[in-house]
Amino acid sequence: MPPPLLFGKKESKRARKFLSGDSIFKKLTLIFALFILVLFLLIFYELYSGSQLSINKFGLGFLTGVEWDPVHQVFGALPFIYGTVTSSIIALIIAVPISLGIAIYLSELAPRRFRSLLSFMVELLAAVPSVVYGLWGLFVMVPWIRDYLQPFLESTLGFLPLFQGPKFGIGMLAGGIILAIMIIPTISAVSREVMLAVPDTQREAAFALGATRWETIRVAVLKYARTGIFGAILLGLGRALGETMAVIMVIGNRPQISLSLFEPAYTMSGVIASEYIEATQEIYLSALIEIGLLLFIITLIMNVFARLLVWRMMKMFRGAKE
Amino acid sequence: MIAKRITRRKIVDKLVSSLALLSVVIAIIPLAGVIIFVTSKGLSAINLEFFISLPKPPDEIGGGIGNAIQGTLILIGLASMVGIPIGVLSGIYLAEYGDNRFGSLVRFMADVLSGVPSIIMGLFVYVTVVLTTRSFSALSGGIALGIMMIPVITRTTEESIRLVPNSIREASMALGVRRWKTILFVVLSTAKSGIITGIMLSIARIAGETAPLLFTAFGSDVWATGLNQPISALPLVIYKYAISPYANWQAQAWGAAFILLIMVLVLNIGVRFVARGRYRK
Repeated sequence: MPPPLLFGKKESKRARKFLSGDSIFKKLTLIFALFILVLFLLIFYELYSGSQLSINKFGLGFLTGVEWDPVHQVFGALPFIYGTVTSSIIALIIAVPISLGIAIYLSELAPRRFRSLLSFMVELLAAVPSVVYGLWGLFVMVPWIRDYLQPFLESTLGFLPLFQGPKFGIGMLAGGIILAIMIIPTISAVSREVMLAVPDTQREAAFALGATRWETIRVAVLKYARTGIFGAILLGLGRALGETMAVIMVIGNRPQISLSLFEPAYTMSGVIASEYIEATQEIYLSALIEIGLLLFIITLIMNVFARLLVWRMMKMFRGAKE
Repeated sequence: MIAKRITRRKIVDKLVSSLALLSVVIAIIPLAGVIIFVTSKGLSAINLEFFISLPKPPDEIGGGIGNAIQGTLILIGLASMVGIPIGVLSGIYLAEYGDNRFGSLVRFMADVLSGVPSIIMGLFVYVTVVLTTRSFSALSGGIALGIMMIPVITRTTEESIRLVPNSIREASMALGVRRWKTILFVVLSTAKSGIITGIMLSIARIAGETAPLLFTAFGSDVWATGLNQPISALPLVIYKYAISPYANWQAQAWGAAFILLIMVLVLNIGVRFVARGRYRK
């Protein structure tokens, strides 16, 4: 039986093309691809409209205010911004050298048969759920910091205000260390990838000039891959800024700005996670959503910038190899 | 003089090599530490009752996390219903039709989406779903986790479809099969193991997520009764018990962490075997 005629003869060819399986299927997949873009706009719109109340009331003062007093409805986000930024910086200071060491070892130095096993183990570090890191951090790492690391730092570097203060174990330092553990796999995996993408001709040229292995890595690999490595570090930073659970469990959650790394602190993601349930007044919830909006924008910028760097780098290499 | 300089260069070379090796060792320490502590402390908390019974108040001995295991499985199921269709179909678009500016934009944004902190996803679903329906629910938790699965599945689907040789597509189309049927039945089944790898990886990634669930699934002390009700999950129980002051709850937190860690590690190691099988072919 022939299919019923839906259109006149003239349009029928175009109509059939429009209704054909191929075209429908393509449009269907297009809709889902479009969904990813719509999702971004939707997240931004929802967070923005949710924080209107707080934006109107506090304006830019929200970013510089140090007071966080739900009872009197005074909200300033600076202690949380400080906590997030400082703990992430500590994490970077610890994680960057270690991650670069790992990336160099895995891409340049390790015996070939261990490479994939070792890379896999480092990647497993990223697979451990953050709440499990938090649990481990709270019951294993924090006591270790309290009993060994803090006394050690105080006796050697105690003249700096950074390393003075109460020795609870819990605090900014613990938050930074747990973050470092969590971003090492990100930074090392991406930097290893960009280092592997460096054309071998670069290495061969350096070796041919009589360079040692380290000199080859320094002049041929690191120099060539520096844009991508910078991107990898930014990706790690983005992850550290947004990480919630592990930090919440070890940083102490007290909104204050203190020079001492031994003092408790509070992060942006932390305050959202632990106070949204108490936020019964609209302005309180709105202030929390504004912190979420800030966090979204900051991590978005980090990620866009980092991805662009890594992408451009990889494209350049592909060009060089061909 | 020259000999001296050469020895110095050789020493620096050795030094840097050992520093690099040292960093690998330093990175493995926390991994080993987590696995050792979670296993040793977790095993002692585990018995049959732990798996099948409901939580008890902190002053009573015993009790389990049966409802949390059930909740985590339900949440993974719900998240998969959101994440797999969207991820796979957008992945197909990128691989088959996405060699244009729009495709690059989607690809780029999918990468960026995977870097958005999970707590933002939770907050987003809280504002849009939970506040609208006026109730914490399993469904909202599933949506939050499902959104997080999308970028991983999209990118792995795209990559594995791109690996399918064109000759296979041409063979199918030469037999008169339409392009969309070719994609669905020939290309997808060739790229199957890669896509499954991506799905497993994304499940491993969301199974341990806690932050988005705080706002959505919320947690509960009873068995799941409906998708519009709050629901328990392993990460939520670990968090609640770990920060509680009660010793027997803390012990159970280790037990729950052990089960969660095993789940995540098995998924990750499983992925490795699936992926290896693909390359052997």
